[in-house]
Amino acid sequence: MTEAADSLLSVKNLSIDFGTPRGALHALRGVELEVPKGRIMGLVGESGCGKSTLAFSLAGLLPSNGRVAGGAILLNGEDVTKMSERELRDIRGRRVSMIFQDPMTALNPVATIGRQMLDIQYRDAGGKAEKRRRAAEMLDRVGIPDAAAQLAAYPHQFSGGMRQRVCIAMALLTKPDLLIADEPTTALDATLEVQIIELLRELQQEMGCAIVFVSHHLGTVAELCDDVTVMYAGEMVERGTVRDVFHNPAHPYTQALLECDPARIKDATRQLPTIPGTLPDLVRVPPGCIFRNRCEHAWERCATEHPPHYAASGPRHVASCHLLDKEGTA
Amino acid sequence: MAETTASYKEPSALRVYAGQLRRNPMGMLGLVLVLIVVATAIFAPWLAPYDPNQIMLGPRMGAPSAEHWLGTDQLGRDLLSRVIAGGRIAMLVAVATLGAALSVGLALGLIAGYGPRWLDNILLLIFDAVRSFPVIVFGLAVVALVGPSLYTVILVVAITSIPIYARIVRTQTQALRGAEFILAERAMGASTLRILGVHVLPNVLGPLLILASMDVPMVIATEAGLSFLGMGVRPPAPSWGTILNDGYNFIRNSPWPVIAGSAPIIIVTLGFTFLGEALRDIFDPKLRRNS
Repeated sequence: MTEAADSLLSVKNLSIDFGTPRGALHALRGVELEVPKGRIMGLVGESGCGKSTLAFSLAGLLPSNGRVAGGAILLNGEDVTKMSERELRDIRGRRVSMIFQDPMTALNPVATIGRQMLDIQYRDAGGKAEKRRRAAEMLDRVGIPDAAAQLAAYPHQFSGGMRQRVCIAMALLTKPDLLIADEPTTALDATLEVQIIELLRELQQEMGCAIVFVSHHLGTVAELCDDVTVMYAGEMVERGTVRDVFHNPAHPYTQALLECDPARIKDATRQLPTIPGTLPDLVRVPPGCIFRNRCEHAWERCATEHPPHYAASGPRHVASCHLLDKEGTA
Repeated sequence: MAETTASYKEPSALRVYAGQLRRNPMGMLGLVLVLIVVATAIFAPWLAPYDPNQIMLGPRMGAPSAEHWLGTDQLGRDLLSRVIAGGRIAMLVAVATLGAALSVGLALGLIAGYGPRWLDNILLLIFDAVRSFPVIVFGLAVVALVGPSLYTVILVVAITSIPIYARIVRTQTQALRGAEFILAERAMGASTLRILGVHVLPNVLGPLLILASMDVPMVIATEAGLSFLGMGVRPPAPSWGTILNDGYNFIRNSPWPVIAGSAPIIIVTLGFTFLGEALRDIFDPKLRRNS
């Protein structure tokens, strides 16, 4: 890895299991993720591929039946998976912040915006007036008109887009090094989505924090992110800069995913393209390549040997597919 | 970038609530009734025209007159003085009982709702066991064990009320526990105590206080009921229940003692119910119309 020097977040060979009545479900297996300081990493994949699990595990927020089965999450060189609840509380909200999918439920309905924004600054120095000023400033920065007066408003008085702005303001109020955005635009309509993406990009440039942006919308990832990691069934199948991955997708899953993006379809059609087949059973993970039952290029080797990360087109572009084994052949 | 003004001032919550209440006639009526009852209870020794236990030389079971506004009972005691003194006992029972039941119920409910599953199951089992007895039967059993007294009444009503509050708090807490803003709060590094105190409690407290306000008549009726059965306040101390019981024994001679004993129970019930309903509408910001 060449980018180790200025790496902020480095996930190494991370595996996460969920306890289920049928046995351990291997939700993440050997995931690698590198996020340098101040860069935006997109995390894409279909529902259930482990994007959100990965995002939540970065802040140590696994559900009670979740367990880190192996690997490490290094944040500034410290392993999040080995932290006590107390140490985790220390990094959450200071070095790591989160924005959630549904802005309608991410705010306390019975407390004013101001009260909630003052409350999350409880660890900071300064009096109430100072904190209030900071809160109003932040609201103003995320584009809420008449910010100082809005501190007295309740969440239900805002629209969805405004609430997501409030959530972003709250997440950035503590000046984190890393912002985890778990599908922050999924619950919003398309025009708002563009606004929120632009806002995130502006704020990211202004504050210089790194962002892990989870989405299943390829367009927003291409728009916002510097790098992208494609996940499938709990594994990282491809990683690289947005340009490399979107222009020269190396993994058959990424290629299929891009072909299925409705935004790319030019001709009117009654049938949208899909990837045939379903996700494999993650309780009994089959050997070999995880994507092989749905892959049109699969051959014998894919059934027996799990593909490592092969180098693809760009310098940091890797993909887990045997097709890449010998430069351009197979 | 627009200038951020520092002139932001949080409107006094109390003033907002008072304004809302003023626009609700039933709520105002309830408030007035409640205030009258509470004031009477507090200032009972000064308001009562006679000693409630003093036996007069005047008529027994007399009809209301200029000297005795509510008449006199079978021993010739002034009924108005007895009703006022009984109100003091009723309010004492209500405050002590609800205070104890609310605080214990709140704590147990938060623990059951936010704590581990096994603890929740144990607490629920205890709540259900306590609730499975009818209050009066449970009261009779406790009285049989420790003897009748004011404190027995308070104990019985408090113990039987705790599960009601605890269950409500538990359900609300569980609903909130999965809410995204609690997760967001955890993602911001808040401790369990902080989450419970700052975020769960205010969400739970509103419904709980309203419920408590509506439960005041229930508590007072239970106290009156136990006293009526001779299991509560010891005679000659006046309770609305004992006044009723005395009147009931002599109802063929005079209706006035029964009326004097039951009217305050009706007034208290109406007052607290109206007030409780008005508060329910006000406390829930989601129902607020004009803000």
